[in-house]
Amino acid sequence: MAIFITTPRKRHVCDEFTEPQRLVTPGATITADSDFMRGHGTYMEEDELIASVAGVVEKVNKLISVRPLKTRYNGEVGDVIVGRIQEVGQKRWKVDVNSRLNAILMLSAVNLPGGELRKRSAEDELKMRQYLTEGDLISAEVQSVFSDGALSLHTRSLKYGKLGQGIMVRVSPSLIKRRKTHFHNLTCGASVILGNNGYVWITRTPTEEEEAPDGGFVQNLQPVSDEDRRVLARLRNCILGLADHRMMLYDTSVIYTYAASEDYPVADLLNPDIMKDVILKVRQQLNQEAT
Amino acid sequence: MAGLELLSDEGFRLDGRRPSELRKIRLRLGVFDQADGSAYIEQGNTKALATVYGPHEVLGGKGKPLHDKVIINCQYSMATFSTNERKNRPQGDRKSTEMSLHLQRTFEATIQTHLYPRSQIDIFVQILQADGGNYCACVNAATLAIINAGIPMKDYVCACSSGYVNNTPLTDVSYLEESQGGPVVTVAMLPKSEQIALFKMDNRLHVDHLEQVLEVASKGCKDMYAVMNAAVKEHVSRMAKSMECS
Repeated sequence: MAIFITTPRKRHVCDEFTEPQRLVTPGATITADSDFMRGHGTYMEEDELIASVAGVVEKVNKLISVRPLKTRYNGEVGDVIVGRIQEVGQKRWKVDVNSRLNAILMLSAVNLPGGELRKRSAEDELKMRQYLTEGDLISAEVQSVFSDGALSLHTRSLKYGKLGQGIMVRVSPSLIKRRKTHFHNLTCGASVILGNNGYVWITRTPTEEEEAPDGGFVQNLQPVSDEDRRVLARLRNCILGLADHRMMLYDTSVIYTYAASEDYPVADLLNPDIMKDVILKVRQQLNQEAT
Repeated sequence: MAGLELLSDEGFRLDGRRPSELRKIRLRLGVFDQADGSAYIEQGNTKALATVYGPHEVLGGKGKPLHDKVIINCQYSMATFSTNERKNRPQGDRKSTEMSLHLQRTFEATIQTHLYPRSQIDIFVQILQADGGNYCACVNAATLAIINAGIPMKDYVCACSSGYVNNTPLTDVSYLEESQGGPVVTVAMLPKSEQIALFKMDNRLHVDHLEQVLEVASKGCKDMYAVMNAAVKEHVSRMAKSMECS
């Protein structure tokens, strides 16, 4: 067994830094002008708008808000999320989505096997645990946000539903870049779901005939070949590496990292020094493209 | 006292500080990946580690979710190796329960609890090395961890202690000075509004001197704030920069 000994690790972030324009910390006055509206991360006191979190000030017309760099997931309608069933209850599932309250998936918000528009009977209620049980992973979309901030989910589309075999990775939700699509089939033979809530799902891209026809409640438990496993493991290490270096996650950055990592064996990517090299290469590539 | 001169004739303390000088502060934010927020602080030889989890769904049997605000759960502990004498410290002994309660009160006053109804925030602080001012180090570390977790609070909470020896108030007393039996005043303060979140006094102090000692403690809190704020700013701008790069 090989043992790596390294010097104390520092957070691998950009070495050179300049203070961003409007950086505030809790208690700092943003403005004393009363014309502005109070957004998230701020509060009013004695006609002054004061920040309550550390982050960068964002101004949209008259609305001022402060976005912290790291928080729990704050859901928005339409977000794609990956979550884990926590509890089966009356006509609903409670789902852990890395948010401050568990999300709710109503029985009426899922596609049950056997037809899109089927009446939900009392029998379905009894069989809920057969569809989804505690510990199952699902992908879903945020349908609405309750007044107390809890999320209501739905899986009324064939792309959502129960997840089969694969790897789930947790990263900070703020590192997921908002895109048109969060489902990506990569050329390496794997597909990823970059959930807005910071949960990332990595799995083998299913072939045409394997596409689940039954509303996605049947898991394919065929053994995954060694080759596929290697691809998935490499992808996992790449995504964790990106997150560790506080890089945004989206299709391009993941693909680039995967490509750059192919010079090394999968296990070597766990070595922070090697990962640093890979990330550096990716960063240069992304910067080059931006200019 | 047994001959220990806390303040020399030249006006220096045992560790060579001036009366109004803080100990050397070193701090780091975001030491753990797993926690929502974490921070580590060294004030002289006092070392504290704080982790924050949440806000999250209320877990466990104890404590019902409150419909109008978040539950703050603090746990204070001291490592077995933190003091001179190695000692197993069971969870929930009198001293640590009291300290947990103090911390909880302090943070209930500063975190904007109304924003997160029906959820819970866990704050865990551990003293890795105890050399006086444990409460102060805990408050400062926990504040940094909460900021790291992105939980909204009214202001920083900074804590500092002060003592009184030979008609001179001392800032940020160390264990040696604390254990001589003189008065020690501990203050946790919101530096901007100068509101006091916690005020604690050990041993007797003449009321005439109180104002003077309090003045010194609040000055210490503000100095502490300057150091912490600079560290937070640097941390945040590094992070922002790194995310911008990609």
